[in-house]
Amino acid sequence: MPSLPTIQPEDVTNAQRASDAGHFDAPAEESHNEAFFEYLLRLSDDSLVLGQRLTEWCGHAPAVEVDLSLANLSLDLIGQATLLLELAAEVESKGRDADALAFHRDVLAYRNCLMVEQPNGDFARTIARHFLFSTAQLLLFEQLADSAAERLAAIASKAVKELRYHVELSADWIVRLGDGTEESRQRMLEGLDWHWRFVDELFQMDDVEQALAERGIAVNRAKLRSSFDAAVERTMAEATLPMPSYPRGVLGGRKGHHSEHLGHLLAIMQYLPRTYPDARW
Amino acid sequence: MTGETSGAGAPRINRDWPLWEVFIRSRGGLSHKHVGSVHASDGEMALRHARDTYTRRMEGVSLWIVKSADIVASDPEQAGELFEPAASKVYRHPTFYDIPDIVKHI
Repeated sequence: MPSLPTIQPEDVTNAQRASDAGHFDAPAEESHNEAFFEYLLRLSDDSLVLGQRLTEWCGHAPAVEVDLSLANLSLDLIGQATLLLELAAEVESKGRDADALAFHRDVLAYRNCLMVEQPNGDFARTIARHFLFSTAQLLLFEQLADSAAERLAAIASKAVKELRYHVELSADWIVRLGDGTEESRQRMLEGLDWHWRFVDELFQMDDVEQALAERGIAVNRAKLRSSFDAAVERTMAEATLPMPSYPRGVLGGRKGHHSEHLGHLLAIMQYLPRTYPDARW
Repeated sequence: MTGETSGAGAPRINRDWPLWEVFIRSRGGLSHKHVGSVHASDGEMALRHARDTYTRRMEGVSLWIVKSADIVASDPEQAGELFEPAASKVYRHPTFYDIPDIVKHI
């Protein structure tokens, strides 16, 4: 006959925190919170993983000015991720803070979409991804700015200004490279080609998000698709590039089914806090 | 400054982006001040690079970009005849007047 698990100090802390927050006996709220937590992880992980990816360009960009551009994009994303993870940690209220969620969560628990974890490739491929991702993200965050969850709405409206710049900058490069030299055009085509298959996932809905969308907290991503297609079409036309024929989308990131690339990225990102748990700035 | 080689008349084989000078207005009402330079293939890109390079810590509210090659500069070798004559003419400074107390902001 199995005995009850020993009560751990953190269980006591959690109980205390839940009690203080006034929802000790609120199981219904609990399941809502779980879905909201899951949603916040999806949002934060998208920003965090892409932000981390972009840091790999540091010192390697085609020019020092571009190096700074990419680092700026990266810092915007990591800033968004920080705010979202802080909120997620509060919603979860299991004693984990934003750092614990970022650095002590393993690859299977990450909820980002597959596009953001893809390797940078060359500059054109990095820009292709950034254009596709930030175009979708801008549409999403513009609507999240009206979310019924006030903190999320505030984070989203702050991020919208940053994302507008991301879209502008990456669209500008798509046009420059697409309508540039023979080589730049070819590289841009290949970069876009790499990422088309991950576009569908950006607009994927499931039960978690559907339920939150009905409560006015989340956004129905599927409804953003036509605006996205129109925006992509405009930029492709300006860049004299052909519109993509989207292949069947690759999905799975939201369930933790990631490509091999994410594990390597996290190993680098999480190495320091895991190896030196007491390290401080 | 490499204005000579990166100017409009530079041969196409020069693969370096031309140089642009960056001016920032730090607050409304103040004039634009020179802060540095960036490389870029055209004005639009120069503006973006200037934004990303020089305004990351809220340094400004407005940016001007000027092609370095378009700046006409004085020749350092002529510094003697251009600027030294002013040194001995201290009376050109408006410091010999008594300002009445009621006049403010001078």
